Amino acid sequence: MLIMRHELLLVIITVILLLVEIFLPDNRKHTIILPSILLFFIVTVLGFIPGPTGELFGGMYATTPLILTMKNILNLGVLIIFIQSVNWLKKIENKGKIGEYYLILLSTLIGMDYMISSGDFLMFYLGLELATIPLATLAAWERFKEKSAEAGVKLIFTSALSSGILLYGISMIYGTTGSVYFREVMGAFNATPLQVLAFIFFFAGMAFKIAIVPFHLWIADVYEGSPINITSYLSVISKGAAVFILMIILYTVFYKIALLWRDVLYVTSILTMTIGNLFAIRQRNIKRFLAFSSIAQAGFILLGLIGQSQLGMTTVIYFVLVYIFSNLGAFGVAGIISNVTGKESIDDYDGLYRTNPLLSLTMMLALFSLAGIPPVAGFFGKFFLFTAAAQKGLYLLVIIGVLNTIISLYYYLLVVKAMFLNTSDQPIAYFRSDAYSRIGLLMCVAGIVIIGFASPVYEFILSLSHGLY
Amino acid sequence: MINFSYTVFIVLIPLIFFVLLGFFGNKFKPLVSGIIGTSGLFISFLLSCYTAYQYFFVVPKIAGAFPKLIAYNTVWLRFTDTLHIDLGVLLDPISVMMLIVITTVSFMVHLYSIGYMKGEKGYERFFSFLSLFTFSMLGLVIATNIFQMYIFWELVGVSSYLLIGFYYEKDSAVAASKKAFIVTRFADLGFLIGILILSITTKTFDFISLTDPKGPALQQGSSILFLGLSTMTWSMIFVFMGGAGKSAMFPLHIWLPDAMEGPTPVSALIHAATMVVAGVYLVARMFPIFVISAPAALTVVAYVGAFTSLFAAVIACTQYDIKRVLAYSTMSQIGYMMLALGVSGYGGHEGLGYMASMFHLFTHAFFKALLFLCAGAIIHAVHTNYMTEMGGLRKHLPITHLTFLIACFAIAGIPPFAGFFSKDEILAAAFENNKLLWAVEYAVAGITAFYMFRLYYRIFWGKEQHYSHPPHEAPLVMTIPLMLLAVGAILAGLVPFQNLVTSDSLPFENHIELGIAIPSILIALLGIGIATIFYRKETNLPQKITRTLGSFYTAAYHKFYFDELYLFITKKILFDRVSTPVAWFDRHIVDGMMNGVSYVTNSVSGRIKGFQSGQLQQYAWVFVSGAIALALAFIYLWTL
Repeated sequence: MLIMRHELLLVIITVILLLVEIFLPDNRKHTIILPSILLFFIVTVLGFIPGPTGELFGGMYATTPLILTMKNILNLGVLIIFIQSVNWLKKIENKGKIGEYYLILLSTLIGMDYMISSGDFLMFYLGLELATIPLATLAAWERFKEKSAEAGVKLIFTSALSSGILLYGISMIYGTTGSVYFREVMGAFNATPLQVLAFIFFFAGMAFKIAIVPFHLWIADVYEGSPINITSYLSVISKGAAVFILMIILYTVFYKIALLWRDVLYVTSILTMTIGNLFAIRQRNIKRFLAFSSIAQAGFILLGLIGQSQLGMTTVIYFVLVYIFSNLGAFGVAGIISNVTGKESIDDYDGLYRTNPLLSLTMMLALFSLAGIPPVAGFFGKFFLFTAAAQKGLYLLVIIGVLNTIISLYYYLLVVKAMFLNTSDQPIAYFRSDAYSRIGLLMCVAGIVIIGFASPVYEFILSLSHGLY
Repeated sequence: MINFSYTVFIVLIPLIFFVLLGFFGNKFKPLVSGIIGTSGLFISFLLSCYTAYQYFFVVPKIAGAFPKLIAYNTVWLRFTDTLHIDLGVLLDPISVMMLIVITTVSFMVHLYSIGYMKGEKGYERFFSFLSLFTFSMLGLVIATNIFQMYIFWELVGVSSYLLIGFYYEKDSAVAASKKAFIVTRFADLGFLIGILILSITTKTFDFISLTDPKGPALQQGSSILFLGLSTMTWSMIFVFMGGAGKSAMFPLHIWLPDAMEGPTPVSALIHAATMVVAGVYLVARMFPIFVISAPAALTVVAYVGAFTSLFAAVIACTQYDIKRVLAYSTMSQIGYMMLALGVSGYGGHEGLGYMASMFHLFTHAFFKALLFLCAGAIIHAVHTNYMTEMGGLRKHLPITHLTFLIACFAIAGIPPFAGFFSKDEILAAAFENNKLLWAVEYAVAGITAFYMFRLYYRIFWGKEQHYSHPPHEAPLVMTIPLMLLAVGAILAGLVPFQNLVTSDSLPFENHIELGIAIPSILIALLGIGIATIFYRKETNLPQKITRTLGSFYTAAYHKFYFDELYLFITKKILFDRVSTPVAWFDRHIVDGMMNGVSYVTNSVSGRIKGFQSGQLQQYAWVFVSGAIALALAFIYLWTL
């Protein structure tokens, strides 16, 4: 039982919240906010307590200390999102839907946990679907707004398509190896044309979740249409979980065709970084802007995955951790501003520093971390990624990565410039954000700063990744 | 084994107080922030004393020698399993001694500043910077590896920059802080190159394995030659360049006199007792490498030190700004320490110079900090830096007068004051190894006595000036540090350094040699005597001498035109001949290329916008065709 404690705890609090939500009268629905956050906080803390690891259900479910750490990272991110979304949930139009928000988010998180811990393709697929389908309802949260409805519809259609292709790939894997268990597929997987096809289809399905070019097109409309907290969930947690499981499967199940998938990643990594950047330059809506910049970030993650080694593994997890804090920081500020003023354009940020210096500084720190400016955490994340790739001798890829970093620096700094240097006739007026938003942002800032300066985090992940690879 | 991990807090406490005062300083009353900063330093000071007691008297010696202890260590940045940068605490005789010196002087300066900086704008900023500086300096001396030292080395440079430019509304202070930063930064470039060469040759950053005389690092790696010198020699010369920059050795000395623009307590802390001896400490830290693998570099150290000490002493005789006189005197004394290291050998009595250098560093910290703090009290009383506007102050400032006199005796090398003992050891070491350098230093000892007593008489004796308001003695919070440091300036010479801090950590027999000591006392007395004749009463003797020396005096007064020379090199040659063409190239060719790139990026970005049409069908089409294209490409490539 303890082996599966992350998932079980989540299931328990989901059931509790479901019952409470049902029996709460409509006018008292908002009282569920604080208990939900507290319960989830307890779950997060409990997750950090070391416990047994191993396999269940004949190998369908497996967990290692490294996988536990991944789940803890996801929990931390979701906790920050929960705290950040309080202000938005309290809005009048969300009255009555507050409980659903927590239930749906938690169930997708359960799906992700099962997905990361899966030991065969069936479990993996179940987790993946559980983590995806409810998200469409979240994307369509403001269902009377055309954009939000559009986002939900687009997400469900495209994810259905990608699931279809993914399943097709899995069925071919089963057809050629006779098994869906990771352990057995591992030994029987070669690079026959059918198996290459199967792998590419599987990869395309995962690429959809991570938003890798050319499987990324859904992302702009969905990100823009969804409420900002959902967007940050999609771009951070959902993407992070997919990266984790992709890494595990690539490094274990497909290790025999490593030379093949390294080439696939090589090509898609360059495409993703470059195209994500080229699109991000043009965006004026802060959500779309962050969406495309997160595509470029996914390209960097792929670059780290190629450096297939203990170092590569550590750096990818470290990078995702840093990315969670930085992106949530940026989304957090954008969310607060959008909630208070309804403004979502970068032009509206002109002169923000003069009216809201603390928010501007937080945004700057988060953007610096995303761009990889020392000494904040993002620098070390990128630095280690490039080191891992360079160790494999992929100098060309590293050079392209560095060039893309420079391009990304340009557009991240555009936002900073807008806040600090530009002046505006009608800047966003000063406002005091509520306690929840402050705590959420404070957690992000602390994460960005502490992870950057303190090496124990990195050392810890490094020590765990001995196990898997 | 005694657990020394608490020593981390000696370093961390100033950091905590820096953050505290830096962020929340303006929330307190000024006086409160001063007291907070001072009490923080007091804790560090007590911990350092306890560490020194434990280290020197409790820890068991290994084969008679003081052990090198890693009190704390953590891997800060790991690149690979072999290449990683650590942060830690290394305890050995010199680092423990430096802990004492730094925390003592820093505590005194903190205490003194409570009174001195009263009413100044940015009081809490001053104390937070002082804490930052102390943190950096402590981190530098306890560094376990050369990279950690480099990190803190730069931090020291930054905090020194901040403190020199404390009065940032004053143009001269801003210029001085920039000058100090740029000159030392330029020297640090050499240091960095030295570190890189050294670590490539020896494959390690770690001090313990680097400086183990029998270790692999020193036994190999000297065979590769470049321009007739081994790589180790080159690396040590470059490392010394960094040390020469921080320690204001000729020809990188030009920043130190200008740095006197900072508040006087800062001059006492940074530009007398701690930061400027970082270069000496660096050479001492790497001493086994110098002696065993790079003796040529050690010779460079000796001659640079000797020349600087003479050069600076001559200039000190001609200056009128009392802080500048002290600044040149500092350069001169540090020259002594460098020289002593330069003529030293390794082990036993051979290492007399090493011991003497550390000894002088120790005693010098007390009396030079005392001199600066006295100068601060004097400036506080009469509101001028120029000795021409002073005179007859001995009745008005009795405590300052007495403590200043003690410090003058100490620096002049009159027994039983502290400077005598350490200077005597240096002269003895020089005498045994290099007679020429000994002669230079012997002369400098006389000049030192002369200019210090010139300073003393012109401030405290002579005709009383018309002060705008009658000068008065400084408050107790300022005079207590003076008195405590005066006690140090008297007693520090009695510390048996030959038993505690030696080149190989083994104690050795050493006595004061009368053959060296008596002549050096005599020449000091001669210097004092001449100064007494010249300056005790108003006479026209100095003018006569000045006139006979003629152009030599003018040159010395203008510091031998080094500022002008550097300005000529930077402005006329570097800026006009090199920078202008480079700037043109940058503006037209490089920027043009960059603009081209950004134009292409932008237009491509505009072209491909069409892909993002918002049409779901098109998304699906791209998705599927992308997957199929990838599959076909890789099946083709892979099964060919």
